[in-house]
Amino acid sequence: MAGAEGDDSLYPIAVLIDELRNEDVQLRLNSIKKLSTIALALGVERTRTELLPFLTDTIYDEDEVLLALAEQLGSFTVLVGGPEFVHCLLPPLESLATVEETVVRDKAVESLQKISQEHSPVDLEVHFVPLVKRLASGDWFTSRTSACGLFSVCYPRVSSTVKAEIRQHFRTLCSDDTPMVRRAASSKLGEFAKVLELDYVKSDIIPLFTALASDEQDSVRLLAVEAGVSIATLLPQEDLEDLVMPTLRQAAEDKSWRVRYMVADKFSELQKAVGPEITKNDLVPAFQNLLKDCEAEVRTAAANKVKVFCESLPEDSRETIIMTHILPCVKELVSDTNQHVKSALASVIMGLSTILGKDNTVEHLLPLFLVQLKDEYPEVRLNIISNLDCVNEVIGIRQLSQSLLPAIVELAEDAKWRVRLAIIEYMPLLAGQLGVEFFDEKLNSLCMAWLIDHVYAIREAATCNLMKLVEKFGAEWAQNTIVPKVLGMANDSNYLHRMTTLFCINALSEVCGQEITTKHMLPVVLKMSTDQVANVRFNVARCLQKIGPVLDSSALQADVKPVLEKLATDQDMDVKYFALEREILSLISMRVCKGLFLCITLLFNCFSI
Amino acid sequence: ADVISTVEFNQTGEFLFLATGDKGGRVVIFQREPQGEYNVYSTFQSHEPEFDYLKSLEIEERINKIRWLPLHNPAHFLLATNDKTIKLWKVSERDKRAEGYNLRDEEGRLKDLSTVTTLQVPVLRPMDLLVEASPRRVFANAHAYHINSISVNSDCETYLSADDLRINLWNLNITDRSFNIVDLKPENMEDLSEVITVAEFHPHHCHLLAFSSSTGTTRLCDMRASALCDQHAKLFEEAADPSHRSFFSEIVSSVSDVKFSHSGRYLLTRDYLTVKVWDLNMENKPVETYQVHDYLRTKLCSLYESDCIFDKFECAWNGTDSVIMTGAYNNYFRMFDRASLRDVTLEASREVCKRRAVLQPRRVCVGKKQKETDVSVDSLDFRKKILHTAWHPKENIIAIAASNNLYIFQDRLTPNGHHNTPEIQSCRQHHNNLMNCYEHI
Repeated sequence: MAGAEGDDSLYPIAVLIDELRNEDVQLRLNSIKKLSTIALALGVERTRTELLPFLTDTIYDEDEVLLALAEQLGSFTVLVGGPEFVHCLLPPLESLATVEETVVRDKAVESLQKISQEHSPVDLEVHFVPLVKRLASGDWFTSRTSACGLFSVCYPRVSSTVKAEIRQHFRTLCSDDTPMVRRAASSKLGEFAKVLELDYVKSDIIPLFTALASDEQDSVRLLAVEAGVSIATLLPQEDLEDLVMPTLRQAAEDKSWRVRYMVADKFSELQKAVGPEITKNDLVPAFQNLLKDCEAEVRTAAANKVKVFCESLPEDSRETIIMTHILPCVKELVSDTNQHVKSALASVIMGLSTILGKDNTVEHLLPLFLVQLKDEYPEVRLNIISNLDCVNEVIGIRQLSQSLLPAIVELAEDAKWRVRLAIIEYMPLLAGQLGVEFFDEKLNSLCMAWLIDHVYAIREAATCNLMKLVEKFGAEWAQNTIVPKVLGMANDSNYLHRMTTLFCINALSEVCGQEITTKHMLPVVLKMSTDQVANVRFNVARCLQKIGPVLDSSALQADVKPVLEKLATDQDMDVKYFALEREILSLISMRVCKGLFLCITLLFNCFSI
Repeated sequence: ADVISTVEFNQTGEFLFLATGDKGGRVVIFQREPQGEYNVYSTFQSHEPEFDYLKSLEIEERINKIRWLPLHNPAHFLLATNDKTIKLWKVSERDKRAEGYNLRDEEGRLKDLSTVTTLQVPVLRPMDLLVEASPRRVFANAHAYHINSISVNSDCETYLSADDLRINLWNLNITDRSFNIVDLKPENMEDLSEVITVAEFHPHHCHLLAFSSSTGTTRLCDMRASALCDQHAKLFEEAADPSHRSFFSEIVSSVSDVKFSHSGRYLLTRDYLTVKVWDLNMENKPVETYQVHDYLRTKLCSLYESDCIFDKFECAWNGTDSVIMTGAYNNYFRMFDRASLRDVTLEASREVCKRRAVLQPRRVCVGKKQKETDVSVDSLDFRKKILHTAWHPKENIIAIAASNNLYIFQDRLTPNGHHNTPEIQSCRQHHNNLMNCYEHI
């Protein structure tokens, strides 16, 4: 009998093991994800001697299975018997680090980095470092690229002779024949530099950095830019000028736009790394050039950094630098030929006003905002409008309102509905900053016009917009300005507009409160229950369901219930359905069992017709 | 469906592989055995016929181009494309098999559960070598027109694909995004004056690419200058000779193939009647022009009527850039030695190609036959054409596709066991030692 019990517990594990080689990928994947269960059942001994050797050779599998395997092995230390035996995990991870699929390799490297920390210093030199060396001198580029990511984790914990060997291996990889390996080395250069002693950074890393930054392949050079930034953070200020800056200057003027783009993209990190002095002398002119670059992609990347760059300038000279060097370039960008450049600029330019203060903003920035508000591309105008709050803090929005209004009106009537949708979303924000008066005077009619837009998404957004406006301006304002107009649409000849009234009521009832809802809205809704269009009628039923919680129970009993009962006998099936649904819900809440039973019977009838 | 539509040698690695694609969407890979025999290494169906429901267009499965990727690991990778979709294939070997189930025996029958008392981990045992081809990536939906070329960049990270009007740049790891780098599509399609016929990357400089057009020009673009390469860096064009102008001038000047030399210094272009070698440093005229079949100049009218004038012949360099090869009609192909300016016409057909036989040169004569073996222009068979040719990047081995036959020729070995230097001499006398004649089934 004991044997039979053993079988019972063995069975699920046996299935899992068998499914490691099932033909269905999904089953194999499931099995691999439960690898820890299998290992636990086998015990540490058999895991080491049987399971791991098998896994080492299963690199033929699908990527997703290998990815899961690589991830699992990263937390397998306990299952092979603890740190003492952690090196048993190296062979399967080594073979995974050489597969062609980048995600799998990266995951294997990640797991190797993780388990390297669990090696004792001795094991690290006996087992882990030889593995890194094997990978670094492998025949295939896949193993050599994987090696690049492993140097930095073992370097700090090995003896100085091994350290020298590791540095030598890294040097070799930096001048590898294949661009793939040089790319990997280039992208790990910064990481490796961080764990090296400062003297070696100067003597080893700097020459490698210089070489990679002038590689014949664009893709290698552009990765060196990022490495340059990390290296710059490591070096003392006085060495930067001689060791890093010549190369970085060269990168900012590289023949390939992709390298210059990278410089522009990493500009704020670079600025932080080199400190205020070099920023003033070197980076300011470099940034000017990037803003004037002949390639639009580079200008876009640089334009995105304008605000961050200006913010991080040293305080003592910030204003003069911006006014004399940066602002002239920005002025040119405002009338750039490329829309992406302009729209990148528009998304950050408003931020400059907080840095420059009121007077400069009025004198220099305001004209630029006004130009951008009139830009031919809606995205540029939208980006300005969406950032209005920055300016509002500094000079108040009134300064802008003259130009703002035409821009808003134009966007509100743009032929593309997505543009209209975008501006609707900014309406509550604008309304808050411009104030009730201005809104009533200029923007109210726009908000109402959107309710009868011919695109449903716009009408829907417009109702939602009304709700947010009421939240801002209060129920009283709603009752005076928008509720009459919304309710007026209930008599429109277009049934879509009549339905919009119902949707508005759905959205507004809660924010407007019980009084307005019962007094003004409910009668309109009830009246619409006799509409000749079925869609309107069943939306009345849905609307009643929606506003029910706001109404008091006497109104529910006296007005709503009869209407719903009538709708429940409607000739249209959908109307019946929604009316009954509403009634059942309300009856459940009122615990009227008899009525409930009746309704459910009706509902069944409704669908058995 | 068996008609071969592209031929390509792999560029790196110690083993020699040759891939062919056919009209039926299949890719066949040949491997050279140590004894010099060529055997089929792997055959797989790369593309299937499809139907574009939105445009009511049939998409043929025909493989337009194959390109090998530089070696990653023991497996081989190649890109194959039809008119619309590019696929990345992995061709790998496997010589081990897992054995041992817990709940079943090796025949797959369920075991009696009561006999299962211990867990068994499968073990790997050697087995017969199995070659598998698996699709790794599918790059689709980026081309509105027919893809005519693909080319892998020297950075091994990106490749380009060109259709009639646009060239797109892809990352080999990313299938859902590509960047348009050249766009010739005019606002109004009635203003269309040229289409892209071929595009290729420079073998060493990752930023240079060349593309040719139906007007006979070849443009060199520098991708460093700008993200869009509509502005070319150089334009290779020969001024048309006004005395030769005719209705057919433009059709005949359309470039059907462009190949960079292995050194990267020269460009080889093929138009209907000639092959030209251009120095990248000289744009206004080619440094060398070779007539492929000048005797057809008087026959253009009938070639136009039979549509033959639109045939797209490919061209190839040998490993040292000293000899040029291109195809012609009547199952003939031509070789030109650049140093000695000698040329030769050879025939690839089942009648003359016996194993290990040396090919005899052919001559096409315009007037009266001078020798028994001469062939008159009028008796050329225009249905038998050699469009696709390939030359091994290092060795003197060439592959010729003639309809559904693939011919592989190799330089005859000299007594000391080394291959002859590829002079035209060798082409004529030694080069034509027929190794194998495969019928492409």
